[in-house]
Amino acid sequence: MKWNEILQRLLLLLIVILLGFSILLPLGSLFEKAFMNEQGQWIGVSNLLNYMKSPALLQSLGHTMYVSIISTIISVGLAFVYAYGIVRTPMRGKTFFRYTAMLPLFAPSMFFGLALTFMFGNQGFITTGFFGHLPFGIDIHLYGPVGIIISEVVYTFPQAFLILVVALSMSDYRLYEAAEMLGANPMRKFWTVTLPGTKYGLISAFFVCFTLAFTDFGAPKIVGGQYNVLATDMYKYVIGQQNMTMGATVGLVLIVPACLAFLVDRYLDRKQKNAVSAKAAPYRLVPRVWRDRLYTIYCAIISGAILVLLLTVIFGAFAKLWPYNLSLTLDHFDFTKVAGGTGWEPFWNSIRVAALTAVIGTFVTYLTAYAIEKINHWKFVRQISYFLAILPLALPGLVLGLAYIFFFNDRSNPMHGLYGSIWILVLVNIVHFFSVSFITATTALKKLDSEFEKASDSMGVPFYRTLFRVTIPITLPAMMEMGIYFFINSMVTISAVVFLYAPDLKLASVMIVNMDDAGDIAPASAMSILLVATSVLVRILYEWATSAMRKRAAKWQSRTNDAQQDSGAMKL
Amino acid sequence: MQPYLQLAQIHKKFGSFTSLKGIDLHIENHEFVCLLGPSGCGKTTLLRIIAGLETATGGSITLAGKNITRMPAGQRNFAMMFQSYALFPNLTAYENIAYGLYTKKLSKADIKKRVEEVLDLVNLTALAGHYPGQCSGGQQQRIALARALAMAPDVLLLDEPLSALDAKVRDKLRREIRNLHEKCGMTTIMVTHDQEEALTMADKIVVMNNAEIVQIGTPQEVYEQPNSPFVADFIGAINFMKDDSTRELHPQDQQASAIRPEHIHLGAFADDEGGALQYGKIQNIEFRGSFYRVTLQWMDDERLANPRFVMIDISTEQSKGLQLMKEQIIPFSLPKERIITFETEKPILVRA
Repeated sequence: MKWNEILQRLLLLLIVILLGFSILLPLGSLFEKAFMNEQGQWIGVSNLLNYMKSPALLQSLGHTMYVSIISTIISVGLAFVYAYGIVRTPMRGKTFFRYTAMLPLFAPSMFFGLALTFMFGNQGFITTGFFGHLPFGIDIHLYGPVGIIISEVVYTFPQAFLILVVALSMSDYRLYEAAEMLGANPMRKFWTVTLPGTKYGLISAFFVCFTLAFTDFGAPKIVGGQYNVLATDMYKYVIGQQNMTMGATVGLVLIVPACLAFLVDRYLDRKQKNAVSAKAAPYRLVPRVWRDRLYTIYCAIISGAILVLLLTVIFGAFAKLWPYNLSLTLDHFDFTKVAGGTGWEPFWNSIRVAALTAVIGTFVTYLTAYAIEKINHWKFVRQISYFLAILPLALPGLVLGLAYIFFFNDRSNPMHGLYGSIWILVLVNIVHFFSVSFITATTALKKLDSEFEKASDSMGVPFYRTLFRVTIPITLPAMMEMGIYFFINSMVTISAVVFLYAPDLKLASVMIVNMDDAGDIAPASAMSILLVATSVLVRILYEWATSAMRKRAAKWQSRTNDAQQDSGAMKL
Repeated sequence: MQPYLQLAQIHKKFGSFTSLKGIDLHIENHEFVCLLGPSGCGKTTLLRIIAGLETATGGSITLAGKNITRMPAGQRNFAMMFQSYALFPNLTAYENIAYGLYTKKLSKADIKKRVEEVLDLVNLTALAGHYPGQCSGGQQQRIALARALAMAPDVLLLDEPLSALDAKVRDKLRREIRNLHEKCGMTTIMVTHDQEEALTMADKIVVMNNAEIVQIGTPQEVYEQPNSPFVADFIGAINFMKDDSTRELHPQDQQASAIRPEHIHLGAFADDEGGALQYGKIQNIEFRGSFYRVTLQWMDDERLANPRFVMIDISTEQSKGLQLMKEQIIPFSLPKERIITFETEKPILVRA
């Protein structure tokens, strides 16, 4: 065996071991806990049966289903029309609408709860009719299902929007022309061409949003009031009662829709690949004054609502004493007097964790994708690695966090030392956001000719040389995208880390929950604003820094197109 | 009498790019017309304007005396068959064909009858319940044809209907479409860049180049009497020559004449019924199945520095007596009545 091959096999081995230790074994200890009693005896599914018998828990399940289904339907519906306006009409202001729709991605899910509190809470400016300036106020009874649903709609909206933009962009205009020639009216075209064409995107959006809403912890924590849902139940069991077994059982229930979404997503992914024809003609945007105006108004209302939420939290963070003294102050940004007086440290901790996650996560994810995609040994090992790499898609953050407690808090585990350190936070974040980055890397690598490896092999060049000289430079834009994805998600996430942070290593998102618990919603808002501002700033810096690089990549890509055309012409 | 379909001064601009300039075309009822030209000549745009999928920048379209220039595509009762089928992937063959009938407000029974009729017409009854994805390319194209025929259109429009199929299937469908046209008799306009397709299928060929019509005529006319070097070059193979003598000539030169390779007599028995006997040295012999294409270098002492070549087609049968070999010097003659001459007053458009 050549040493080149030995190295490749070692890399594969290392990856499958890493994935096994960070994903498979923790999950195993979670299942173990769920099927054991407090004394560590094996009791099978009786925990689940107990769970099913408890009316309080069943009620939580019912609540969770209810809010998730309603918010999913609203979110996907709103996002479909919004995406349709952006992709299928020539209206103005598309760039603005597109960016605004994605703003919620930069905020933790608690953010919308805070915004709603300022608007519709007991002292909210809409509940009180602008603090009594209006003769009436509107009370929507925020705390409970209403608040959770609105928060989840805003939280899931950008996800649905992004999926549907892609689905709507993949249309084939020839079908519209065929329908036109056959005398179909716009309604008929919509039902027979548009809807079937976006079917997979719609299903995918439904499942993604449902899973997000079903497993979200932040929003129900802030505006759920007495309305119990599974995620908050789990939190109470684990943090409040230290009842790990019941926590694990609830975790199992949380996994179910996520697993279902995972399976559907994999299935659709395969289907959709077959459905898109290379010959498809691009959609032609035909101006129609009234329709375009309606879509502009619609998109303006939606993006306006998102901006109002954002501005409300900003205002709330600067207002001296809501609602009695609305003069502006920076006091709430001094976190020394609230919730343990930690000052700005949690914020810096969050940045450290996010930066470490971005750098290490990108590196590991990219190597994993590379090994699975480009190394041609041990097919079986690569298949297992692939499965493990996309498995985190099916794992809600809370479940992952709990699994990590069980696995790493075990004194017999040689990696026990990670527990309580910053590294376990980094690790859990990498795993939590692994799959999406992994798919990004795989997609980018798939676009490269697999002959590169064979060519370098035949020339006797070691694979890592090709990797560093050719593969990485070409896929650099995808790597940057992965890094930014890791960074922003690690900044705003709460679910996985809420179980794992050490008392002297608090994170900003955890502080938001704690401060809100203590009734300090103005400092909580201030911290949220810091998170959003950082994420947005990083994203802008990223766009600015990479624009030159992307332009160069575009040039390089267009040149290959020209070359293809040339060779085509020569054949003729 | 007024023609059935009349295009008058059709102009089309896309931004600053002129796709069509002043197209005048008359099409009779029941006629099979081919729009033929190289890619980018505007033929597809013209078809799409006739279909109503594109709006002309200027000019008018009249159908049976009625101005339909501004009429939406769906109301013209034209049917179109697209280059790449454009079948609805989520509907079965049956549902695809019934799609347009639905808007005609026919009863369920009538729709069923009509669909079965056309399915039978294209021999696809067995595939009624299949989805397009389950059918071969040729079958998909016949479903698309059936979908167009089901509408009983006043005009059938075909946009390069056969270009995506392989040679055998293409040949078969070519005949099928032609037969269906004879059986059903609807006016048909087909766009193609394949001269053979145009020659074999059309009643009338409209040759287009650079956004204009270059020549209109029967297949025989455009082949035997091309009105410009462009048409002569685009349809079939051709040798260009100077008008007065036998000199080769570039098509953009002032005086132009040409001759088709199959019209040149080759061999010692090349008599003098046409022109004087010439001599050439064989450069290349290409076997084409039923004939050989021989390339000769013209033996011409005056211009040895600048050698000129001539293509001659000779049937395989005939070549047997000649025993052609490379480097061989062989006589040939150019029959006068076969020499094509071009009018040279108007500038002639030639491919770059």
